[in-house]
Amino acid sequence: MTTPREDWERSFEASRIRDADYSTMSGVPLEAAYGPADGSGDYPGQYPYTRGPYASMYRSKLWTMRMFAGFGTADDTNWRFKEIIKSGGDGLSTAFDMPTLLGLDSDDPMSLGEVGRCGVAIDTLADMEDLYAGIDLGATTTSMTINSPAAPIFAMFIAQAEKAGTPRALLGGTLQNDILKEYQAQKEFVFPPRQSMRLVRDTILYTAAEMPRWHSVSISGYHIREAGSTAAEELAFTLANGFAYVELAMKAGLPIDSFAPRLSFFFNAHIDFFEEIAKYRAARRIWARWLRDRYGAVAERSLQLRFHTQTAGVSLTAQQPEVNIVRTAIEALAGVLGGTQSLHTNSMDEAMALPTEKSARIALRTQQVIAYETNVAHVADPLGGSYFVEALTDEMERQAEELFAHLDALGDGSMLEGCIKGIEDNWFQGRIADSAFDLERKMNRGERIVVGVNRFTEGNDERSMDLLEITNEDEARQLKRLDAVRHERNGAAVEEVLARLAEEAADPEVNLMPTLIEAASAYATLGEIMATMGTVFGRHVEVPVI
Amino acid sequence: MTERILIGKVGLDGHDRGVKVVARILRDAGFEVIYTGLFQTPATMAAAAVDEDVDLVGLSMLSGAHMTLAPAVVEAMRAAGSNAPVVVGGIIPDQHIERLKAAGIAAVLTPGAPADQVVAVIRQVLDQATHDAQ
Repeated sequence: MTTPREDWERSFEASRIRDADYSTMSGVPLEAAYGPADGSGDYPGQYPYTRGPYASMYRSKLWTMRMFAGFGTADDTNWRFKEIIKSGGDGLSTAFDMPTLLGLDSDDPMSLGEVGRCGVAIDTLADMEDLYAGIDLGATTTSMTINSPAAPIFAMFIAQAEKAGTPRALLGGTLQNDILKEYQAQKEFVFPPRQSMRLVRDTILYTAAEMPRWHSVSISGYHIREAGSTAAEELAFTLANGFAYVELAMKAGLPIDSFAPRLSFFFNAHIDFFEEIAKYRAARRIWARWLRDRYGAVAERSLQLRFHTQTAGVSLTAQQPEVNIVRTAIEALAGVLGGTQSLHTNSMDEAMALPTEKSARIALRTQQVIAYETNVAHVADPLGGSYFVEALTDEMERQAEELFAHLDALGDGSMLEGCIKGIEDNWFQGRIADSAFDLERKMNRGERIVVGVNRFTEGNDERSMDLLEITNEDEARQLKRLDAVRHERNGAAVEEVLARLAEEAADPEVNLMPTLIEAASAYATLGEIMATMGTVFGRHVEVPVI
Repeated sequence: MTERILIGKVGLDGHDRGVKVVARILRDAGFEVIYTGLFQTPATMAAAAVDEDVDLVGLSMLSGAHMTLAPAVVEAMRAAGSNAPVVVGGIIPDQHIERLKAAGIAAVLTPGAPADQVVAVIRQVLDQATHDAQ
């Protein structure tokens, strides 16, 4: 019988290791992971992966420093992308503007004032071509934060890459495509839940068949937490949504191990340091157990939860904004000690505006300090075995299991149904709003201290930071661009493909991805594509609760 | 008489944590609060302000569209015959605050405003409106 330690050592030795000095500053050599002296316990890369998905963790590969960017027109964002690559960021993450997130064209009356404001405006394939111009999409990975119109935007991305010479099978990256959390928290929804889930199914099936390097869904707790949930709610709702996508794809006939390895996660890194680390550890353990025991996954990759982390936007203050650098550093450290695979650090000015180039650079530098100066990446799961962190990990898991039990009952034994019913009944939305209000009350009573907000406010008057100003010129430029595309394209071809899209949308058995790619290639606008599907799918209307 | 406040989300911004928290703060402070829900336009806000005969309108804006949309709401409300003051809360850079006030916004609340400040600002704006009407 070999001990877990010996098993781990074997896996570790089989891994490719980054060239670095794995000792402390004073010269003490460091092991890649620690455990009990008798070789027992569990190690990184061992089921249930509490301590990390891989045996060698950051010794093989540091986390990807994936900085989220997007503003103005596609040209503007292309320039920011190239800056990120130049300054050492190694993955792209695309932020879209509000009209794009809601599947509207820039010239839609509802888009007035929103074009290019909090992300890049994408109306047609032409914008997608500008967005990634001069960037080798076979060499870098691309993440796209898009949900309701994920399928048509993904179609534009594929059409663009193939036109530029990268076959879709070589494209690596992530489509957020997590529609459930839109109804629960982020609220950028268009179609009703069940119709939206059909599009998610189509993208999962399409990528499973055609794009082995692509992550079809990034199951996102980030927005749930930002909307006000507790850490345990973020954990539970996110994983429950993950189970729902698993059931969705299995119902469509996919064997679990053919798509589960391509699901990834996205969590928040809030300011309560140890609770966050416990949350990530619990997430890995829960996912491994449920995938194996409930859904019958066998492949190791299906059981290994991998995640992206973003520091908490809501923890940033408009008061004394420089202090946000410190908050972000602590949150980022939690993500790293929790074993994140990629990380976005927020910029200090984001409680007031989109970041300037300088503040975005400081945010990236924060990650580089953690990665290269602190030595924290030398040892995997450095807090494993801490009485405190292990107990908190167990508690996160216990609270999450309670919430799963509720959803499972709500869905009569189906997490997919449970999640959809929980949305339709406003259960998620109500719980999140209650938790947000609880925290607000604690802050107002002074029970929860926020530096510069309810304590230590000296210096709050000195606000003179330079902020990024997005002018209406971007909107005007984008409208001109869209107008030109509408004139130059073959109108009859657009009509033909949209008519076909409407027919196919009406048949739930059809996978819409191939026709969506054709529509993108014909320069149909995002608004036209979404409106065409909307005639069949209808619209989701939320009954607001306060 | 309980003052009636209409709060809403105009435009495409789905961030509704702040608006819901503020709705509860104002309700707890004794106001009657009506929340429009998401994706309102200046026209629908103005119509709701008139139909509900509200004393104040609050807009929550986190998407950067405030310089376009907030003045458009004021304009639509005045055209529809509502003189209720408009307060904006959200991600608003300092340098925009004076410009919003010049466009008819009565007050601006930024991130981190504590509950008692929210209530105090709303009261102050309501008192000023009553005073101006006399």
